Amino acid sequence: MASVTDISTAHVWDLLEAVTDPEVPVLSILDLGIVRDVKVENNHAHIVITPTYSGCPAMDVISMSIRMQLLSNGFKEVSITQVLSPAWTTDWMTEAGKEKLRAYGIAPPNPTQQVCNTKLFADDEAVQCPHCNSWNTRRLSEFGSTACKSLFQCNDCHEPFDYFKCH
Amino acid sequence: MSSQALINYSLYLADNTLILAQRNAEWCGHGPILEQDIALTNISLDLLGQSRSFYQYAATLINEANPSATPVSEDSLAFRRDVYDFKNILITELPNGDWGNTILRQFFFSAYQFLLYQQMKQSSDATLAAIAEKSLKEVTYHLRWSSEWVIRLGDGTEESHDRMTSAVENLWSFTGEVFEAAPFEKDAVEAGFGIDPASLKSAWLEKVTEIFTEATLAVPPSGWMQTGGKTGKHSEYLGFILAEMQFLQRAYPDASW
Repeated sequence: MASVTDISTAHVWDLLEAVTDPEVPVLSILDLGIVRDVKVENNHAHIVITPTYSGCPAMDVISMSIRMQLLSNGFKEVSITQVLSPAWTTDWMTEAGKEKLRAYGIAPPNPTQQVCNTKLFADDEAVQCPHCNSWNTRRLSEFGSTACKSLFQCNDCHEPFDYFKCH
Repeated sequence: MSSQALINYSLYLADNTLILAQRNAEWCGHGPILEQDIALTNISLDLLGQSRSFYQYAATLINEANPSATPVSEDSLAFRRDVYDFKNILITELPNGDWGNTILRQFFFSAYQFLLYQQMKQSSDATLAAIAEKSLKEVTYHLRWSSEWVIRLGDGTEESHDRMTSAVENLWSFTGEVFEAAPFEKDAVEAGFGIDPASLKSAWLEKVTEIFTEATLAVPPSGWMQTGGKTGKHSEYLGFILAEMQFLQRAYPDASW
C-alpha cells in the first residue's frame, strides 16, 4: 500500500507539470529535466532543481513559480535548492518535451552530443527544420536568442528557426 | 585558515568572471553583426552566471566564518567592494578596444578557463568541483567560438590581420599574470582544493600556438609580464567599471526590483 508520503510526492510531481519555462512556455520544467528531486514531509515540500546554463535568467522565475504553484495547492512550506552537479544535459529532456518544442517551431536537441567539443570549424550538425521537416538546413550562429539555443535557417523553406542546442 | 583560503580563492574566480562579463556586455547592441553581438553577450551571460555561483559560495563561507557580523550576499560582494578588494587579473579590466582585441582577450581567457575547469572538476571541494563541471560545458563553446574568430581575423584580410597583430601586442604582456600564483592560490593549493596556475601554462601556450599558427599570427617571445590585479593593485580602468556597475547600489543601498 502506498504511504501518504508517496501519494503526496506523486501529487507534487503532478503539480510541477504545470510549471513552465518562462522563455519556452510550451515546456514544463519536467519536460526540461531540471527537477532533480522531490521530497515531502508533512506539509513541507522540498524541491531540488538544476540550471540549464549558469547564467540562465529563467531560474529565479522558475523557483518563484514552483513556490507559488505549491503554496496555492495547500503546501505550507516550500524549500527549493539549486544543485550544479551532475550538470544538466539536453539528454534529460523528455521525448514529449522534444515533440512540444518541434510543434512550437524550435528544433529539439539532437540525442548525441556531436558538437560539445573544441573541434574548430566542425561541419554543421544535421538539424531538422521544425517547419517543413527538411534536413537541408544550415547554422547561422551557434549562439541564439537565449543561452540554450542556436540559430539555423532551412535551405528549402528558407524559414529561420531556433535549435535547442545540445549541451 | 582553510576557510579564509577558500573564501579568497572563490572571490578571485568570481571577480575574474564578473569583470570580464561586464566588459563583454559593453558590446551589447554594438557588435559588428547581430549574430556575433548575440554570441558575445551570451558569453557574457555565461560568465556572469559563473561569477554568481562563486559569489554565492563565498558569501555562504564568509557568513559561516563570521556569524555575528552583518551577513554578506552575492550582491554585496559584487556591488559594495572597492577597487583594492577586487582580485581579478588585469587583462579582464582592460578596455575592449576593437572587435579583434575583444575576441583575442576572450580566446586567451577561455583557453585558460578550459584548462582550469578541467582540473577543478576534480577539486577536493565539492562546490568548486560542481561549478567547474557545470561551467566547463559553457566554456567549451566559448573556446571554440573565440578560436574560430582569431583564425578568421588573423588569416583574413590585410586589415584584419594587422588589427589582430596590434591586439596581440596590446594584450600579450597581460597574459602572464594568471599563471603566477598569488598567496591565496598557494594557500588553496596547499589546502588541497585549489589548482596551481603555473601547471596550466604550458598547455595554454600550446593551445595559443596551435591557433596562432592557423591564424598566421606570431606568438611573441615570453617577456616581462604585468601583474598586480590578484593582490588588488589595479589599472585605472577598474575604478571606472565599478563606478558604472555599482552606481545603483551605492546611490540607493539595498534597492531591489
